[in-house]
Amino acid sequence: MTSTTVDDPTVAEPVRFWTRQRRVGLGFAIAGVLAASIFGPLATERQARITLAETVAGTSVGITGTVGAVLFGLIAAAAGVAIFVGVPRRWFAVLVGLGIVAVVLAFLCWQISQAPEGRNIMPLGDVARTTLLLALPLILGSLAGVLCERSGVINVAIEGQFLMGAFGAALGATVAGTVWVGLIAAAIGGLVIAAMLAVLAIRYLVDQVVLGIVLNVFALGLTGFLYKQIMAHDQTAYNQPSRVPTWDIPVLSDIPLLGPVLFRANVFTYGALALVVIVHFGLTRTRWGLRTRAVGEHPTAADTVGVKVLALRYRNVLLAGLVAGFGGAYFTLWSTTNFNLGMTNGAGFIALAAMIFGRWTPIGALLASLFFGFSSALAFFLGAIASPIPSQFLNMLPYVATIIAVAGLVGRVRAPAADGRPYVKGQ
Amino acid sequence: MTADAVPPTRGQAGDAPSAAEPSGPAGPEPFAARFLRGLWRSNTVTITVLAIVLAMVVGALLIIISDAKIRAMYGYFFARPSDALSASWHKVSDAYANLFKGSIINPDTVALTLRGQPGGGWDRVFFPISETLTYAAPLAFTGLAFALAFRGGLFNIGVQGQAIMGAIGAGLTGFLLPLPVGVHLVVALLAGAFGGALWGFIPGFLKARTGAHEVITTIMLNYVALYFLGWLIIQNGIRMTGRTDAISEPVDRSAALPRLLEPLGPSLRMNLGIVVAVLATWAVAWLLRRSTFGFELRAVGLNPDASRTAGISVAVTTTLVMTVAGALAGLGGSAIVLGTAFSLTNAVVGSVGFDGLLVGLLGRAKPWGVLLAALFFGALQAGGNRMQSVSNISLELVNVIQAVIVVFVAAPALVSAVFRLRAATAADLQTGMAKGW
Repeated sequence: MTSTTVDDPTVAEPVRFWTRQRRVGLGFAIAGVLAASIFGPLATERQARITLAETVAGTSVGITGTVGAVLFGLIAAAAGVAIFVGVPRRWFAVLVGLGIVAVVLAFLCWQISQAPEGRNIMPLGDVARTTLLLALPLILGSLAGVLCERSGVINVAIEGQFLMGAFGAALGATVAGTVWVGLIAAAIGGLVIAAMLAVLAIRYLVDQVVLGIVLNVFALGLTGFLYKQIMAHDQTAYNQPSRVPTWDIPVLSDIPLLGPVLFRANVFTYGALALVVIVHFGLTRTRWGLRTRAVGEHPTAADTVGVKVLALRYRNVLLAGLVAGFGGAYFTLWSTTNFNLGMTNGAGFIALAAMIFGRWTPIGALLASLFFGFSSALAFFLGAIASPIPSQFLNMLPYVATIIAVAGLVGRVRAPAADGRPYVKGQ
Repeated sequence: MTADAVPPTRGQAGDAPSAAEPSGPAGPEPFAARFLRGLWRSNTVTITVLAIVLAMVVGALLIIISDAKIRAMYGYFFARPSDALSASWHKVSDAYANLFKGSIINPDTVALTLRGQPGGGWDRVFFPISETLTYAAPLAFTGLAFALAFRGGLFNIGVQGQAIMGAIGAGLTGFLLPLPVGVHLVVALLAGAFGGALWGFIPGFLKARTGAHEVITTIMLNYVALYFLGWLIIQNGIRMTGRTDAISEPVDRSAALPRLLEPLGPSLRMNLGIVVAVLATWAVAWLLRRSTFGFELRAVGLNPDASRTAGISVAVTTTLVMTVAGALAGLGGSAIVLGTAFSLTNAVVGSVGFDGLLVGLLGRAKPWGVLLAALFFGALQAGGNRMQSVSNISLELVNVIQAVIVVFVAAPALVSAVFRLRAATAADLQTGMAKGW
């Protein structure tokens, strides 16, 4: 390399007009105008009301449907124009957030205002609760993914760990007669799949994505087989767990909106949120976290300074199995109280997507899970207020929203550098 | 394990010649000895066969564990081991005998037929193999759909959704368009391929343009396709007249895949689908080995950066690969609708897309390997049905066996360790490309 190329202004990269910022700005401007011109005429003159309470009885704020739809559409368009024209970097995220919220609000103004009188109100407390409940297994599953992948082992087997966890929880809790044994059994269930993943990926160097896919089928087959051959013959003896209790934290649970959601909850809520904090803190602030990240990015370098690469990977994969198994228990000890064939219904894959969407960080995984949970909760809510959109399309909402978010806003994501690469000393 | 059984990074892989040829030292070694030596060295065929054996053992253990009576016998195993052992043997051998009788041939019906006694008949003799080939056809398509994308370095988890869209395309043209015999079938198949291609194009295009990860987008599109199907089949004009549940009109006879063994009896469902599947396998093999696109596809799969440097458009290739893979999966869905199901229902394609992932992997992402794997999985499915109805072993056992086989096939080092095979070179055993996200 010669020194002449370094500071030579003539070879500087040309300034492209269509930067990412301009494209996002244009996208929002178009979306805003479309929202105003489509949702506005569709909305009615009735009020669209929103309340912070969990029922429709609480005090609420409202806006006339048509006015609201047009207004919020134009706000989104304005945010888009502002992004397009160019704003300082720190304002970019704020404006993107504003744009998204405004488009969603314009849509809601239409939907809520067309609901029959008396039901044209959105109880935000209820939506928030549903959001978190639907997000819980995803949070736990994507955390399991983060634990695995930050140390360099791809974990596609979250679905399998969920299923084994759900099965173990139902079996353990029924046989022992207490949900706490069920939780332990769930963790062990997840651990079994994680152990297979660890040994085959780390010791026998199997392609990890392939392995994950196969372990999912294995778990589906195994739990299905045992369910049909053993459980289904005597449901009361093997498949009738009770629900985990709800713990009310006094004072804190009286905070409006978030209080009942966060502090009048069960072991899964507290566990998931605590684990997000623990894993985030662990990864960024502790020796274990530093080593995990080192092993995930550059195992050879980590090995050189004396980190036991394989041992750390084993430990993290097994930990992930415990977390995902615990997440699986949610399906049989909270959302329903019995195990059923393939009952996780692809939640593990959604959790995987949430982890990638969240860029392999605990906080990102939490936000991505909440995003997905919110879309699902919104679909529920719209179904309940007799939306003119067919329920099947409402059910598509979280999936379509995720595709749009991933394609439009997130784009290329970077996995840990050594993710999926088996480590063999001396290579 | 020795390091040379390791697929360390992306790299060699590709079309390494299959390892059937033992590379022993040249010399006056007798053929038989050389053959045996080659056999006991870990090559593709040996590993696959041993993987099947191991999976059957795992399945046998599950059969024994799940039987309450036999479990009770193991309670007094040390007092009278013969009870437990003979009961176990009986149970397992009965189950696996039915697996064979239901998928290949049942000696009992053959004997009855040859003696002209009741319970025989050529339709009954051919029933198992007909069922196997019926199940194999869609699996071959979906397996190819996964394998082709895999060779292009993409994880096509969306085979299921693409198959659903294919089923929709084939189904709609099958009962909405009044077309003459022959033309109708071709149009329906093309529509099915188009439906799947559309569902493959979207993630391919998004990946190429925005970098959206295909694993996320294909997973999401699976659900979108499923809900779309659920909405479509209850619309007026599509729902079967006189029905209130979610089922569409059946496709016209002119659009149905002709049954090949119809003269022998109406129960033989084997149809033209398997022939189309073989043709598709040949076409994919040609595409991969002989065409420019296939070369670019493999190059991008092995090393996208090098391909870009060499002047291959990675974006175009990625989009095309996913589109073609989607079309194949769409044909898989069509084969079900036009061959066996005829009406669209919510679960019309079953889990053919997800099973296709396993088929593609078991076939080591090579076209003819995929076809063999599809035949094998079809046989397991057909035999599993008989095992379920006759031996009372639920069909999920087949899933377990399939998964375990693929685990072992993907972990040649593990199989070699279990059976103490001599190690082979890395290229012999590679499943595909070991790479990250």
